[in-house]
Amino acid sequence: MSGQQAFVDALLDFGPANQACPSGLATWNHSDPARRFAVYRNNVMISLIDALADGFPVTQELVGEAFFRGMARQFAIAHPPRSRILAYYGRDFPSFIETFLPAASLPYLADVARLEMLRVLAYHAADRETLTRDEIGAALADDSELTRRCLVLHPSVAVLQSNFAVVSLWGAHQGLGDIAAVDPTAPQTALVVRIGLDVNVVGIDAATGRFIGRLIQGATLADAAIYASTAEPRATEFDLVASLGVLLRWKTICEFSAFSEFSAPGTSER
Amino acid sequence: MTLHATAVPFKDGASTLFPGGLPARGGVGLKPEHFREIIESKPDIGFFEVHAENYMVDGGPFHHYLGRIRADYPLSIHGVGLSIGGESALDRQHLDRLAALIARYRPQSFSEHLAWSSHGDLFLNDLLPAPYNARTLDLVCGHIDQTQEHLRCRMLLENPATYVEFAASTMAETDFMAEVLRRTGCGLLLDVNNVYVSCINRGRDPNAWLDACFASIPLSSIAEIHLAGFAQDYDSSGASLLIDSHGSPVARAVWELYRRAIGRTGPLATLLERDNDIPPFQALLAEVSMAEKIMYADAPRALSGEVCA
Repeated sequence: MSGQQAFVDALLDFGPANQACPSGLATWNHSDPARRFAVYRNNVMISLIDALADGFPVTQELVGEAFFRGMARQFAIAHPPRSRILAYYGRDFPSFIETFLPAASLPYLADVARLEMLRVLAYHAADRETLTRDEIGAALADDSELTRRCLVLHPSVAVLQSNFAVVSLWGAHQGLGDIAAVDPTAPQTALVVRIGLDVNVVGIDAATGRFIGRLIQGATLADAAIYASTAEPRATEFDLVASLGVLLRWKTICEFSAFSEFSAPGTSER
Repeated sequence: MTLHATAVPFKDGASTLFPGGLPARGGVGLKPEHFREIIESKPDIGFFEVHAENYMVDGGPFHHYLGRIRADYPLSIHGVGLSIGGESALDRQHLDRLAALIARYRPQSFSEHLAWSSHGDLFLNDLLPAPYNARTLDLVCGHIDQTQEHLRCRMLLENPATYVEFAASTMAETDFMAEVLRRTGCGLLLDVNNVYVSCINRGRDPNAWLDACFASIPLSSIAEIHLAGFAQDYDSSGASLLIDSHGSPVARAVWELYRRAIGRTGPLATLLERDNDIPPFQALLAEVSMAEKIMYADAPRALSGEVCA
């Protein structure tokens, strides 16, 4: 076994004894090298917990700092990072929360974390100009092929369909609305989009969410509209004009493009 | 003074870095908390430094603000994830990402650490130590050669803060670094806080470390200094165990060590690092002023050189 493999094995031994220590370490004063080695283990763990705390502030507020850090610690033990870019380290954190038994009494927690992860992704998403209302108006006016076109949406755009009131829960922690008035079990759909430098979280109806979700996957306008009108379970009636209005108002449209068979993946919904 | 066989690789003109190097002034680590204040107040500061990995994202506010700040200030890109001291091969994808960042921002300086942070496909997110011996020397020099070739620039290597020593070490840290510099032609990023932390943690005299450094490394190879705060802990016998936490102001002892270092190097780009418990920007500026006061008050030789030029 290599020297660094032994170092890593001891580093990631987060057992209660906190005593694992690779061989071959020395200390100038013959003190216990395990105590000094533990500084590295502690640095690794604290940096990973801090990285998660940065990305999931509302999740942390919902459970309190001590609970959050304990949960983040368990996640870090189970999922040490495989990438050097820590901005995206929390990708698998929401799924972990879903199965984290001590948090079972807050069934909405995982979806709040999903919303926060989408906000992180939107924050760092690629920059791209979106069309102005005039440009969109012109495109809509003289396009006989419109229904067969795909909408290229801004790279930050994402939709979260939740069985819980994720938009209200998140909003209450931004000073928008009273948390006491939120019924967490009311299903909500969130649109996440960055305009300029600001990431927005917008509550939309479920059918609009399905429509936008389908467009993100590369469906044509017609196919996305049909899907949003017919997919089961039917939560809300689909209103095409209102849905396009949401896309316009939140400056999401970058391009009307020709349909490409290669850009339309199979139907899947989270 | 040691004679150096290796020339400086990728001298100005042939390098992907912006020519001229960092200015002999104080700078601070750029933090998102301070983006707006810097844009609005345009502080009189020598340069900014960013951690490369934080900017390996596609777009958004980080690139927006760094682009605006780069237009007004010199920039140092400081990597924390390349794992130069690692037994694993360097990650070519990561090298490509570094090259893209350097091409985009044309920094005056690129630096990395004498440490490792990856093993296999695991990323440990800390700067881990390696024994100072011939095997590590070959490994580190090979990785630095590869990095400089790939990025087409000379890099600076930072001396680490360490908490343990290895029975397998056969060389003094300063001798090890001097040999790396001689073989690869890379420069030294002298982290004075790391000198202090590592020396206390190894029961050695930080002043003696500096003396050994200046005896074996040519002054012209030292291109930047780092200053930071440490945290105080204790080992199992109650002796000081200092942690390179970047979470507090620079300690008095480290300022004294800096004064001694700058007395030898003359004015040199000096970064105030602060990564935890980030204070208001003005507090960092006060430390920058302190560094500039020391570098210009205590370096008459270099100052007079500037006047004559």
